[in-house]
Amino acid sequence: MNIAINFKRSNETVQASVNLAPVQEMVRACIQCGTCTGSCPNEFAMDYTPRHLWRMVLMDQTAEIFQSKTFALCSACYCCTLRCPRGLPLTAAMEALKQIAARHNLPRYKHSVQFYKSFIRSVRQHGRVNETEFMTMYFAALKNPLIPLRFAPLGIKLMLKGKVSMLPPIRRERPLESIFRKVAELEERL
Amino acid sequence: MKYHYYPGCSLEGTALEYNLSTRALMASVGVELLEIEDWTCCGASAADSISDLLSLALPARNIAIAEKTDEVRDILVPCSACYLNLKKVEAKIRSEPAILKKLNSILNEDQLQISGRLHVRHLLDVIVNDVGPETIRNNLKRALTGFRIAPYYGCQCLRPYVVFDDPEDPRSMEPLIETAGAEVHPWNMGGKCCGASNMNTEMAVGLELVAAILQGAKGADAIVTVCPMCQMNLEAYQHKISCMQNEDLRMTVLYLPQLIGLALGLSEKDLRFDLNLSITDSFREKLAAKL
Repeated sequence: MNIAINFKRSNETVQASVNLAPVQEMVRACIQCGTCTGSCPNEFAMDYTPRHLWRMVLMDQTAEIFQSKTFALCSACYCCTLRCPRGLPLTAAMEALKQIAARHNLPRYKHSVQFYKSFIRSVRQHGRVNETEFMTMYFAALKNPLIPLRFAPLGIKLMLKGKVSMLPPIRRERPLESIFRKVAELEERL
Repeated sequence: MKYHYYPGCSLEGTALEYNLSTRALMASVGVELLEIEDWTCCGASAADSISDLLSLALPARNIAIAEKTDEVRDILVPCSACYLNLKKVEAKIRSEPAILKKLNSILNEDQLQISGRLHVRHLLDVIVNDVGPETIRNNLKRALTGFRIAPYYGCQCLRPYVVFDDPEDPRSMEPLIETAGAEVHPWNMGGKCCGASNMNTEMAVGLELVAAILQGAKGADAIVTVCPMCQMNLEAYQHKISCMQNEDLRMTVLYLPQLIGLALGLSEKDLRFDLNLSITDSFREKLAAKL
């Protein structure tokens, strides 16, 4: 079932139609034991605990889920997946929520969504990621001149070591183009 | 011993010393590495935050290229994030035949085919189980006596696929460290997440996790890692975290093949110690006394 959620993007209200069914399928057998919460290294920074989030998923609380930063803080350590007594793919369920946020470009998750999208754009260009190019794309997408400053000390250190280059890589152009196209085509059919 | 070798993007850039020290160590114990021809990015932790299918198709392409070469059975992967992405494809095509069909319809665009006959192996697995402590003992040139080493495993070489170590209480590096002549730093942070994937977007959260690991390592001479994400995360923010916590948390962080390489007589130059971001003066002095 698709549920419409409203969010603000540059002062106008936009609607996204979100289908939680695939995520609900993943956590259907959740018994609310809280092992996931107890195992999560980032739980201290989340607004809802992972256990609470799964209940919200099953209760169709779509608008609240996509106000929350819980799934965006998952660092894919797989402790919950390993320990879940019901054997549920919880890390994959967190990823599925991240994918929904990316698909609809939800502004609440702008930083992480733009980070991942810039990374993948650079990979699509060259086949391998180019750190300088991808970070430049990321900063451009965020449109906030203060953010690059946060990364400058590390960036300079890495450049001095010759670990990141100022120049884009010279490689066969777009070796992954046909794969990217075919994936998009198959996903359209879903 | 011969392996397909998938270095991955980090090992060409930020983790160049991991790549070069892995190659130097493997050459010194007679392991041959066949770099996968024209390999491409595995999707890192970005693809699976955008699309499930893409996160399988990207690593599958590299496995399919490796499959074109007969006689080699394993793909050796030093980066834990790449390892997990490739491993996921290996596991999924075994458990879900529909995925295999879908991946082949994608790879067909590039005249590639995947069957899933290859085994994806993490570098640590290969060093522990194929090379083995015995080979290290037989080739030992410089026992690292007096060094106390904290083994750090991170997450994705241990979980969710339980292959070569206990994912709750990893110990596989200990015999290697001891065979190299060093002492194992007793701690329970080896398999705890360092929060690398939050460091760019939610830095404060990532810093908390790194701080706990650096505090746990106090008393050790170095932490050793087996993942470029963990390595960078543990070495790059030490100054910031020391200021935040108001204690000196500077710590040498080495890649495992750099440490084992030292014991096998490889030089700091061969192992590219010049590229590490945090080797403390006291570690350098202690090492110089050994040379």
